[in-house]
Amino acid sequence: MEENKTIQQIEEEIVEEFSFLDTWDEKYEYIIDLGKRLPDLDEKYKVEENTVKGCQSTVWLVASNENGLVHFKADSNTVITKGLISMLVRVLSGHTPDEIIDAKLEFIDKIGMTTHLAQTRSNGLRAMVRNMKTYAIGYKAMQKTV
Amino acid sequence: MIKSLTIPDTLDVEAIRRQFPVLNREVKGRRLVYFDNAATSQKPQAMIDSLVDYYSNYNANIHRGIHTLAEEATAAFEATRDACKDLINASSREEVIFTRGTTDGINLVAYTWGRKNLGKGDEVIITAMEHHSNIVPWQIICEEKGAVLKVIPIDDNGELLMDEYRKLLNPKTKIVSAVHVSNALGTVNPVRDIIDLAHQAGALVLIDGAQSTVHLDIDVQALDCDFFAFSAHKLYGPTGIGVLYGKKAILEAMPPFQGGGEMIKEVTFEKTIYNDLPYKFEAGTPNIADTIAFGASLKFTADIGKEKIRRHEQEILLYATELLKQIPGLRIIGTANEKISLVSFVIDGIHPQDIGILLDNRGVAVRTGHHCVEPVMVRFCIPGTVRASFAMYNTKEEVDEMITGLHKAIKLLK
Repeated sequence: MEENKTIQQIEEEIVEEFSFLDTWDEKYEYIIDLGKRLPDLDEKYKVEENTVKGCQSTVWLVASNENGLVHFKADSNTVITKGLISMLVRVLSGHTPDEIIDAKLEFIDKIGMTTHLAQTRSNGLRAMVRNMKTYAIGYKAMQKTV
Repeated sequence: MIKSLTIPDTLDVEAIRRQFPVLNREVKGRRLVYFDNAATSQKPQAMIDSLVDYYSNYNANIHRGIHTLAEEATAAFEATRDACKDLINASSREEVIFTRGTTDGINLVAYTWGRKNLGKGDEVIITAMEHHSNIVPWQIICEEKGAVLKVIPIDDNGELLMDEYRKLLNPKTKIVSAVHVSNALGTVNPVRDIIDLAHQAGALVLIDGAQSTVHLDIDVQALDCDFFAFSAHKLYGPTGIGVLYGKKAILEAMPPFQGGGEMIKEVTFEKTIYNDLPYKFEAGTPNIADTIAFGASLKFTADIGKEKIRRHEQEILLYATELLKQIPGLRIIGTANEKISLVSFVIDGIHPQDIGILLDNRGVAVRTGHHCVEPVMVRFCIPGTVRASFAMYNTKEEVDEMITGLHKAIKLLK
């Protein structure tokens, strides 16, 4: 989570960081590093209901709502996937449900992920985004009813 | 078109590679290394030309037409049936039924023979290394008929426990459906023994030849199997076609699978007389183009020589296995005595998918995951493996490229 920055600003930061990486070797090295740095999720959260259905890798996603801001924690059993989801957590965590729902997440395209990733993994990333936005929609609905 | 490939005792791999256009392409800025042949093999120019030739020059619906194009197409289509008959040494062409592939063939047997012959309490035996396509059709039909599915277990090397198999066989056993060669482990199963023992118990046997037919010499008469299924696309042929072999007497006693054109002799609203074999099981316009093109693939392979190809592939397998064994923390899954040219492995603390992604980034295509044999992965307590499978066009230099890629990936991921 990055304090006081908009989703747009964090996206731009990531695009900027990737612009220094010339080859995919370097990009993967960076993504793997991000994956290793994302703290492991507590085992108690690694349950079926927190699992994002992908093809081969398993992803766990947990959301919480504090003072109108949605916070995400995520983990995966594969390092590269973990690196990818760490970027999504960094971009979307700590924002209001509306901001999350409206996020265009163009950085995924801009850093070349959609073209480079095989379709199956790209679908996994989309499933992850969908789940995060679903949490935001849920929290928004709860806020309205309170 | 290839006129002739003048190849001495050993394989002229460079000459062969030139016949596969896709091998010229680059992936992620590097020359493609294709090690996913157990999933599907690449296609020779002769097969591609055959497809184009059919659509360009004699596209027509087959069998009942009286015009020239229909006759030419029918002749070419039926020539592939003869080539398939020779490939597996069936005793007659009526025993060669064209299907969509191995899965389709197994389903055909389960839905027709199984529906007619399985009853409450009957038993079907499969092995613990079956592809999902030789598990699920039997589960469905067993559930429908109240039959029971039994499984032959495997040992740590990935070989069948034949003593356990003997114990499973009993008068209630109606069919044994076993894979010839494991797609995840590479194990060549002792199908001759499997078949003999089943027959002694009065059961029929279906052999899943999806992985074996491209590598081994298949003789269904010597094996004495009752059914044998394989797919064209793993034999340098097109996707979407395959063969189900069945003994004539058994096929004749079986009800048809699907109804429609081709499979009938006479139709009235009161009754339909079914066509003779093999057409009884080939409802609708078949996959004419791909069947014809498969004929070109079979000729291509036969011209080179299966034995020569096998020797080359075994050499690559041995070379790759030796180099892989030297990588610390790497464990080969599937160490049977007799294996076809594929090697499955895991590396301590690294998920197979991460390895697959980084190898792909170097242009090396391997398969990662459970390979549609989840029970095998459960048996070995792993989420999946990395699998490299070799074909006639693969080289030791390509293996070196994979090994270099593996070393780099491990360094990055650990």
